[in-house]
Amino acid sequence: MTETEAPAETVATDRRTLLEARDLRVEFASRGRRARAVDGVNLAVGEGEIVALVGESGCGKTTLARTLLGLERPTAGTVHFDGEPLKYGSKALKNYRKQVQLVLQDPTGSLNPRHTVYEAVAEGPRIHGLPDEEEIVNSALSRAGLRPPERFLLRYPHELSGGQRQRVVIAGALALNPKVLIADEPVASLDASVRGEILALMLKLRDELGLSALVVTHDLGLAWNIADRVAVMYLGRIVESGPVEQVLTAPRHPYTQALLSVLPESPERVVLTGEPPDPTRIPGGCRFHARCQVLASGKAAEAGVDARCRGELLDILPASAGAQAACYYADATG
Amino acid sequence: MTLLELDDVSVTYRIASGEVPAVRGVSLSLDSGAALGVAGESGSGKSTLAMALLRLLPRDARVDGRILLGGEDVLAMKWGRLRAVRWAEASIVFQGAQHGLNPVRRIGEQIAEPMLVHGLAKPDQAGKRVAELLGQVGMPAWRAQSYPHELSGGQRQRVMIAMALACSPKLIIADEPTTALDVMVQAQVLTLIKELVAEHDISLIMISHDLSVLADVCGQLAVMYAGRVVEHGPSHEVFHDAKHPYSRALAAAFPTVGDPASRLAPKGLGGDPPDPMHLPSGCSFHPRCPIALEECSSLDVELWPAGDRRTAACVHVRAKEEAS
Repeated sequence: MTETEAPAETVATDRRTLLEARDLRVEFASRGRRARAVDGVNLAVGEGEIVALVGESGCGKTTLARTLLGLERPTAGTVHFDGEPLKYGSKALKNYRKQVQLVLQDPTGSLNPRHTVYEAVAEGPRIHGLPDEEEIVNSALSRAGLRPPERFLLRYPHELSGGQRQRVVIAGALALNPKVLIADEPVASLDASVRGEILALMLKLRDELGLSALVVTHDLGLAWNIADRVAVMYLGRIVESGPVEQVLTAPRHPYTQALLSVLPESPERVVLTGEPPDPTRIPGGCRFHARCQVLASGKAAEAGVDARCRGELLDILPASAGAQAACYYADATG
Repeated sequence: MTLLELDDVSVTYRIASGEVPAVRGVSLSLDSGAALGVAGESGSGKSTLAMALLRLLPRDARVDGRILLGGEDVLAMKWGRLRAVRWAEASIVFQGAQHGLNPVRRIGEQIAEPMLVHGLAKPDQAGKRVAELLGQVGMPAWRAQSYPHELSGGQRQRVMIAMALACSPKLIIADEPTTALDVMVQAQVLTLIKELVAEHDISLIMISHDLSVLADVCGQLAVMYAGRVVEHGPSHEVFHDAKHPYSRALAAAFPTVGDPASRLAPKGLGGDPPDPMHLPSGCSFHPRCPIALEECSSLDVELWPAGDRRTAACVHVRAKEEAS
């Protein structure tokens, strides 16, 4: 490995780090080749912090989220929770899932159509043998904004609207009193007017319960709406990260710049051609160089970094709280 | 010149438990070469309206009113004429390109099919035209030999657009053409649609729940709620200065990155879109409306003038209009 290892002790944020990926790699076999879905990622989620992980489909963001949940085993590197490395024994994982809960994209798909709201929310507490099931369910429902809970307990998913279903899914996650929510596109399948309500709920949960969240999304507007920090992922790596205000208003990585430029109403568009290359064929040098508009325009050559862009591997970004970008051109030009 | 005119169009589904009014008295018109965006959430009737334009609705749907395409009444057309009009005069690009293509046929054949069916190309010339169409949507000609599963989502959507262009229609109806796509691919497809509309003088009706996307592509915007148009006007004005509280909420749902007002302040609407079987009385938006007055629960407001070339169906707009 020519790339730098993650520092042994990562001070990630000014908040206490709760969930952390350290030099994480996840590989799959794909048609006889190795797909490096997550190819060296350092990422930390602090206590009471909302981090948005953004990227296009195929960039590895969902694999990274699944690995942080312990659903996928890393090929190399570790997941740390509360300072301890994650253990993969069934008992340890069961305990871990009480702390870190998943909220999926499509509430219709993640709820059993034959279970009432009560049964859906009570499933977690039952598995974990928690006492006072009814009280837990009631309080989870009201925290998720389904008030009064009695009105919803005996309803079936098909009797609820999309927004209400997503609230039931969130209530199911809250029932175990987790410390971290990992939400994969939590509003992508919801109607526009309901979207804001669910996002407001996530902010409220953070403010009132101190809940941390990692929100996986392709939607930069969502990151602007609720996240404290954002990490932009491209082809298995975080290419830029930092406080939302900084990264989304003054992006330094050409990929982040391009993503922001194609939002409706932005003045100058950089529409990248093609689609992200597949993770079985990660280009050498900077993994973005083949699509990079800065390299293509000759600006990287002017700054004298074009050879490095094409041929030299970049260091893995540390799990730092400040703004940082993995780009030779950004480094050279300040 | 007016290409499409809708006059008081209603669509009612008859189901076992009664009638469901999906579209309720929509009047709109579209000039040749112009682009109209229709915005709304699920259940607002926007997709039903699009399907009604080419009579693609199931049998249990009743369409009332008048739909004039190039001066011809679509609802009165005989079956043979209607078949000719579909594809050749107007074609639809559906959302979810995965399901619109036949998985076991090469895409070249699928693009050629409408041309052959309509006798617009001989089998021996079709290949050339397919290559030309693929070029127009930014794909290499050899892709004609590919099967849908060999293409990415964005490429499949391009194929759907090539099919829609195949018979050189005057009107393209695009129903959420970019919903399932990534941001960058979405930008590619939207740029493509804009170019095609401008270069070929095609009219466009684009349907989406994302006002910002519609405002970007279309000159005019109609916002639908519970089967009705509640606001209509030039798209940038509707997007930036909506007169109807629902359009305002919809516009705010997609924040502008960098706008301090929306930072850590997601904006949504309380409540849920209404069930078309049980529409609220009066203005159907009143239970969710942040500025509803007492009279809104009984008074059904129609579209009122709301400035230059603009209309909105809100009691507050009416009050202003009457005051001036």
